[in-house]
Amino acid sequence: MNMMTKTNDLALLQKVSAFLWEEAALLDAKDYGTWLSLWLTEGFYTLPIGEGDDFDNQLNLCHDNDRMRRDRIQRFQQGFSISSAPPARTVRTVSRFVIESVEGDTVTVSSAEHVIEDKFGRQRVWAGNMRHTLVASGDGFKIRAKVVRLLNSDGMLNSFSYLF
Amino acid sequence: MLQAQEKFSDLDALYSPDAKVATSMYENSDLFNEEMERIFKRTWVWVAHDSELADKGSFKLSNVGLEPVIVVRDRKGDVNVLVNRCRHRAATVCEVKKGKTSSFQCPYHGWGYGLDGSLRGLPYPEQYGEDFDKGAHGLKKLRTESYNGMIFATFNDEVEPLVDFLGPEVCRYIDLFMKQGGGFPIKVLGEHQFTVPMNWKVQLENTTDAYHFPVVHKSFMQSLDGDAEEAFKFLDTGKGYVEDLGNGHSVMVMIPERIDLDENLDDPIEERFQPLVQELRDEGYPEDQVKKIVRAVGGAGFNLNLFPNVSFSLAFFRVLTPVNVERTDIRHIALGMDGGPAAANRMRMRLHEHFQGPMGFGSPDDAEVWERVQRGTKGGEDLPILVNRGLVDEQPGALGPRGHISAETGMRAAYKMWKRMMSL
Ligand code: FES
Ligand SMILES: [Fe+2]
Repeated sequence: MNMMTKTNDLALLQKVSAFLWEEAALLDAKDYGTWLSLWLTEGFYTLPIGEGDDFDNQLNLCHDNDRMRRDRIQRFQQGFSISSAPPARTVRTVSRFVIESVEGDTVTVSSAEHVIEDKFGRQRVWAGNMRHTLVASGDGFKIRAKVVRLLNSDGMLNSFSYLF
Repeated sequence: MLQAQEKFSDLDALYSPDAKVATSMYENSDLFNEEMERIFKRTWVWVAHDSELADKGSFKLSNVGLEPVIVVRDRKGDVNVLVNRCRHRAATVCEVKKGKTSSFQCPYHGWGYGLDGSLRGLPYPEQYGEDFDKGAHGLKKLRTESYNGMIFATFNDEVEPLVDFLGPEVCRYIDLFMKQGGGFPIKVLGEHQFTVPMNWKVQLENTTDAYHFPVVHKSFMQSLDGDAEEAFKFLDTGKGYVEDLGNGHSVMVMIPERIDLDENLDDPIEERFQPLVQELRDEGYPEDQVKKIVRAVGGAGFNLNLFPNVSFSLAFFRVLTPVNVERTDIRHIALGMDGGPAAANRMRMRLHEHFQGPMGFGSPDDAEVWERVQRGTKGGEDLPILVNRGLVDEQPGALGPRGHISAETGMRAAYKMWKRMMSL
């Protein structure tokens, strides 16, 4: 690897990190309207169960297309869902970014996410491996796919009133 | 045990003849231990569906009450339910949730067991003397029986045969429920699991509670299109009912037209199923099979609730496992068509994800209110929990009373059985 590509890699890593941190901040702030605008319409937001990756043909925790993402957000925001009125509050960190591939204007990046939620005076901790497929758009990116694999996705979970 | 017996001898104070439940029913850990002995150790408990054990050597971990068990299909094709505890010094012999194996070997000193639980061999057996009886040191094996693919086990060798415990009406409804295979055998496609800080009876009540639906699941209803939303307005139409089917079991019929999925095949197909209809037609399925499959994808029109731990809920199995007096694990098991069209199974899974599980549009709201019940019982110890709704106009059904769709008839059926088992 020559010095030139290395510099480019670092610049890309920085750009990608900034984007994912911004996304994380939106999710903690529950600014879902802005979060929805980060997506390409054809994108899928998926929390699989276990290791499989044929998401269409397996049972997932969620596997949202554009319509389901919007319905989910609407459910969070309309105030009729007792579990999300109020929702748990969250603080998350996203780190351990690894650029897995760059093809044309498409970047695949994996990362680690830790979420701490607080509700009913009780805190719970969740950890997951994330993989974003991002497409360059203007100054930043749009999300084409986001997969979050919770460490214990095939174990006993709790119910979630927020997004990972 | 004698002490405990005296402690809970006044069962009427715990569940009164006029259908009031004492707060301590959700809170008393001695009572919980007593329930585990008298109910979960003595009756048939659901452990698996046939399709989860497809081949010889297929196994899954499960529970009978508090006891961890392995459910495994042996070489002869029989299903065995074995306590997951080595007969030497108690280590679990399996910690893999599901899979396929030819034997179970204890990781501690290497005792090896066959798929039927028999002790096959152990390192350096001489030190146990010549008359060591391997036959008496197999994994503890439970009595196991099944009905239409549903596998149950019990620690109680004296209990009646499974079909008698279920009774004719439950068996009839199980057969009807399985019609959502759409002509194919029912197959487990996966499961959602979540644990809730609630007593197990809060869950037992909820599987037969239509009253909560329009309130707790309003946000789910709002995410549906017109047709589908209509189908879930069963409280308004008032056509449904809840019926006590004996032995603690009950059925809650929400959509009577969908009790028998072979009937009403010419009913108009809901908007949301139209893309599936097209996909199946494109794949070359004949028109009558398309109708049958699409109708089946929508699931049955009732919840069949079995005492004490499994419910056949519209389109999935709902299984409860008590953990302690204030904690219960819930499994929502997704079902599909074994060998059926992939498009139909995909739709079944998307529908399941829509409502069920930790990220569903329904379950999180259920979990919230169940927890709120448990939190609420911290106050007003002297106040009863009411399950008397609908007593006013109950009619006799086939085996027990039948009440309004929003009646608490099914809960009363369960508590009646609870009382019977706790008094034995
Ligand atoms: S505990 Fe299993 S072999 Fe010793
Ligand atoms: Fe519910």
